[in-house]
Amino acid sequence: MSISTLESPTAAPDLPDLRTRRSWRSTKSHIMVVLMFLAFLVILVPLMFVMGSVITRGAAIVFRDFPAWFTSTIPVRERAEGPGMGPAIVGTILITATAAAIAIPLGVLGAVYLHEYGKQSKPARTIRFLSTVMTGVPSIVMGLFVYVVFTLRFGLSGLGGSLALSCLMLPVVIRTSEEMLRLVPDHLREASYALGTRKARTITSVVLPSAAPGVVSGCLLAVARAAGETAPLLFTIGAAKKFNWNVFSGPNSALSYQIFQNAFSSKLPAQERGWGAAFTLVAIAFLFTIVARIVTGRYQKRRG
Amino acid sequence: MTATMPHSDPDALGDLAHDLEGSGGNADRSFKGLAYAAGGAVLVVLGLVAYTMISRSTDALQHMGLDFFTSKRWSPPDQIYGILSYIWGTVFTAVIALSLAVPISLGIALFVTQVAPQWLKRTMIYVIDLLAVVPSVVFGLWGFLVFSRHLDGFYGWLSDTFDGWPVLGTLFGANPQTRSFMTAGIILAIMITPIVVSLSREVIETTPQHEKEAALALGATKWEMIRGSVIPHSKGGLVGAVMLGLGRAMGETIAVALTIGSATGQITLNALSSGNSMPAVITAEWGEADALKKSALIAMAMTLFVMTIVFNMAATTVVNRSMRRSRGAA
Repeated sequence: MSISTLESPTAAPDLPDLRTRRSWRSTKSHIMVVLMFLAFLVILVPLMFVMGSVITRGAAIVFRDFPAWFTSTIPVRERAEGPGMGPAIVGTILITATAAAIAIPLGVLGAVYLHEYGKQSKPARTIRFLSTVMTGVPSIVMGLFVYVVFTLRFGLSGLGGSLALSCLMLPVVIRTSEEMLRLVPDHLREASYALGTRKARTITSVVLPSAAPGVVSGCLLAVARAAGETAPLLFTIGAAKKFNWNVFSGPNSALSYQIFQNAFSSKLPAQERGWGAAFTLVAIAFLFTIVARIVTGRYQKRRG
Repeated sequence: MTATMPHSDPDALGDLAHDLEGSGGNADRSFKGLAYAAGGAVLVVLGLVAYTMISRSTDALQHMGLDFFTSKRWSPPDQIYGILSYIWGTVFTAVIALSLAVPISLGIALFVTQVAPQWLKRTMIYVIDLLAVVPSVVFGLWGFLVFSRHLDGFYGWLSDTFDGWPVLGTLFGANPQTRSFMTAGIILAIMITPIVVSLSREVIETTPQHEKEAALALGATKWEMIRGSVIPHSKGGLVGAVMLGLGRAMGETIAVALTIGSATGQITLNALSSGNSMPAVITAEWGEADALKKSALIAMAMTLFVMTIVFNMAATTVVNRSMRRSRGAA
């Protein structure tokens, strides 16, 4: 069909004809474009329903007992009405922060190895490949792994959860950081070397600072994902109902864990607390994502 | 890759600086050592995971032999652990999720990269990223307390309407359950869509501009341009993206545990019946497990680990190859 239109290169009078002959093809094109957009709407619907449920049910619980929700302990009896997710909020923040403190330095250094030292050498290629593969390791496997090597010896604690989360974050941090290091132009490195600076110094004072905003935003996204993980925490942190400010010892609690437990409960007050915890967790995760977006936006503006 | 540049390799310059200056070499070397160690951490963690999974699962595997993988009878009181039905549940839900998520994800990825104007593109990516941030346990909570309670009528209708049809009759079989393979599959589909979208976007964007322009210059419509130059160009990478999505779907734990219905021994093509998947069983039964059962559950985790690792290795290889080829072509 397209050939026939090409074979008649005669002048203007033919043009209207070409239009009519093309009409089916362009209609088809339009149909496909509309279908593609419909795909987007299809995925928008569940997102809106989920967010709708979380906001209407969750926010109602959180703001009904506004300060108490954040400050009081979790009721021991599922039937008990009333607020309290304080320990879980504290736990989520402490555990995720500790995980970040382990995974981010390690991951950024790993990316430095891959992009600044290893490059295309065989070990670097292997590590790059394996870190991509590692992003797909199920979180529950990481949880069991940490249970065997850590929890069996040292007991339930927030640190166990942090270790499991940091295993999940590590490959993500490595990948995004390497991506950002790749964007640092070589002439910056050359300028630094030309001044007689050593490689380590060049990396720490030239390369990393110029990649920093991208690395930060990548890490924030990784943290947001990690904060919502449940499976790795099931075997490692226990289910404390009281505040535990010490990540390194004693059972701790986390929002994701509380949501999971309360979802299975048949008692309405427990379910309500589950929704409240879901709202709190989603709010925390979104906050991190939005901050990451703002950082990226600044970065792009500065580069552009 | 720096070799193609006209001026010299910055690394060589770095080494030169290293040779010229006398002091500070120790700091330089120790930083290098740190970076190498951090790179090695990935190997160490993966190696340790494999080692612990294997060493801890030997008890159960020796107890059960090959039956562990080929029997569908899971009966802890009799110390019988066969995981076949759970393997089936894992694969079946993942396949349902993929068959729902792939057309939608490809549609979104193509729309975002080829059709949408800049402002719309940015908004859509933003929304998809938000979807990726919603924790899986929240999807599980919603699926368990809200979504599955509204499915009764719909599943009943599916089951009645397609009763006796060749393929759909099997798929939407009798006695529909609101918590079933299908429910878990739908929830999984929502969850893996952002991942498949962002991976396929990356792949699709490697299509060289001149190939698309060539298609348009020949008078192709937008869709013909996509069919003729974008899809052939990124086919390999798209296959890889889909496989990574499959790996992700098989490993998902919490949302599936809440929505699949926790039924043992179900190996059926009826998507509307309850079943169970490996990660869900591990989650549910870990608490009151004795030593042998724990070993069996770890062996199950190992099976899952091996399945996802194999899928991911294959997928990563496919993606890398297609990316390298397209970069070579560009």
